Amino acid sequence: MAGLHKSDLPNPVLNWIDSRLPIISMMQKEYGVFPTPRNFNYFWNFGALAMVTLVVMILTGIFLAMSYQPNTGLAFDSVQHIMRDVNYGWLIRYVHQNGASMFFIVTYIHIFRGLYYGSYKAPRELLWMLGVVILLLMMATAFMGYVLPWGQMSYWGATVITNLFSAFPGVGKYIVTLLWGGFSVDQPTLNRFFSLHYLLPFVLVGVVFLHVAALHIVGSNNPLGIEPRGPQDTLPFHPYYTSKDSVGICVFLIVWAAFVFFAPNLLGDPNNFIEANPLQTPADIVPEWYFLPYYAILRSVPNKLLGVCMMFGSLLVLFILPWLDTSRVRSARFRPTYRWLIMVWVVSFVVLGICGAHKPEGIWVILSRIAALYYFGHFLVIMPILGKLERPLPLPESITQAVTGRPIEVAVVGRPLESH
Amino acid sequence: MAESSAATAHGHPAGGSHGHPTDGTKRDLLELIAGAGAAVFAGGIGLALLDSMNPSKDVLAVSAVEIDLAPIALGSGITVMWQGKPIFIRHRTDKEIADARDANLSDMRDPQTDKARIKAGHDQWIVLIGICTHLGCIPLGNKPTDMRGEWGGWFCPCHGSQYDTSGRIRKGPAPLDLAVPPYAFESDSRVKIG
Repeated sequence: MAGLHKSDLPNPVLNWIDSRLPIISMMQKEYGVFPTPRNFNYFWNFGALAMVTLVVMILTGIFLAMSYQPNTGLAFDSVQHIMRDVNYGWLIRYVHQNGASMFFIVTYIHIFRGLYYGSYKAPRELLWMLGVVILLLMMATAFMGYVLPWGQMSYWGATVITNLFSAFPGVGKYIVTLLWGGFSVDQPTLNRFFSLHYLLPFVLVGVVFLHVAALHIVGSNNPLGIEPRGPQDTLPFHPYYTSKDSVGICVFLIVWAAFVFFAPNLLGDPNNFIEANPLQTPADIVPEWYFLPYYAILRSVPNKLLGVCMMFGSLLVLFILPWLDTSRVRSARFRPTYRWLIMVWVVSFVVLGICGAHKPEGIWVILSRIAALYYFGHFLVIMPILGKLERPLPLPESITQAVTGRPIEVAVVGRPLESH
Repeated sequence: MAESSAATAHGHPAGGSHGHPTDGTKRDLLELIAGAGAAVFAGGIGLALLDSMNPSKDVLAVSAVEIDLAPIALGSGITVMWQGKPIFIRHRTDKEIADARDANLSDMRDPQTDKARIKAGHDQWIVLIGICTHLGCIPLGNKPTDMRGEWGGWFCPCHGSQYDTSGRIRKGPAPLDLAVPPYAFESDSRVKIG
């Protein structure tokens, strides 16, 4: 019996299970007593909110898939069948449809927290990069999911975005044909999008697991950006952050419910209430709101290949962010210049989003170029230089010092004060 | 755990009359309410998801079918679909009705009077689920030109079960009479099955 895990559980049945598969001990360690910085603000709720959203999306998606028909002649009607005939079908569909928007709201705020408080900096570089992978998976899943109802915007959005790959010289045309499984977006495309839309969320679950595992190795960042120096700087995750997260989840579900029950189609496009017609292009082809900034970047330059590279580049630049930022201070609270510039970046992201909703002409294309310029300039030019030039504010001695005003006990052997 | 030590550290228990064994703290009540609320919410979601798997409204809409009997000639029968099953409706001749009524119950494997298998005042109509009670084939006999067996009812070609004009099993391996579905006459020429 040499290989058994030493379990401390008093209940004999649970002890038997735990000593053979220490899943209960693991949950207690990772979500029970796990030492978490005591000074989290509500920005730290958003990772948990994203996890809740993912679970709800998978559940609602599985039940939708029981009634959905991935056939070009039946898909649109099958969605109406869900809305009208399936018991609670309208509810499951609206939760799923608005859940996609909620997932992106929550994830964008979660990413902003990372950018503002320097959560991408060492030793959390891999954690950050896994997060970028999660964002990319989310985008692929959402894109394919939007095609499934087979409305006008589903069809034409799929046509525009899959056609982008033809920009690549030489192989472009073959890539597009491979994606389509034919010579235009049609039945084979719909079928494989349905299959992959069902698959990717489970890949997401796996990457989220890695993301949380990576987090638990290095520990969470906190609003001050300084590492905990001792036990007084931390709290056990349960009950402090389980209860705080519960509050956040309640507020989040209220917002989600407000959309589902009072404005379920507010964020959608009316064109998608028209069944897909390959012979008629809508006046404006617009993606869902969460893709608008990237759509604006794509259309900001007249060259097709350059536009595609810039659009993908705007996401890939996030991967190298930990190495672009040269500042030795993590949190924007102690970086007086950076904290303004990151807000300018947020504004440029929003401006890009607004531009993405309009035709690329006149003022909109000018604005999108300025905003895209700032978007890339912020990461590629400002962050490397600013770290060297900026004079950061003095960091607090410890988290406890900053939160309570009293120094951490001298008797506690903590880590030496670090400035990064 | 951190809770119990923090509870006692808070000093006065907030009302022991809440029925808690050790100390009725506000925290225990709040945890109970929060837990109950979460359970109700999750239960509600679960029930909604589960109910979505029940027959949808379009399936329920065809759970009953109305049939016009006027085109069915005397001595002939038709087959209609109801809930995925074939239903035999035969317009019986006077001889067929008499044979059904006068049959000897002691000769039958599954004795039933004809009266119990039809609607009063509509003796000429017999409505049956057209699935042989042996192994599930669809018996022959609706068209007058079909093989109908020795009793003039229906004949199952798979293993030779023979049913009379009331759909009762008379010969062959089938254990039970042909089942009678729920039905009602809306008028003399219109019947609703289901």
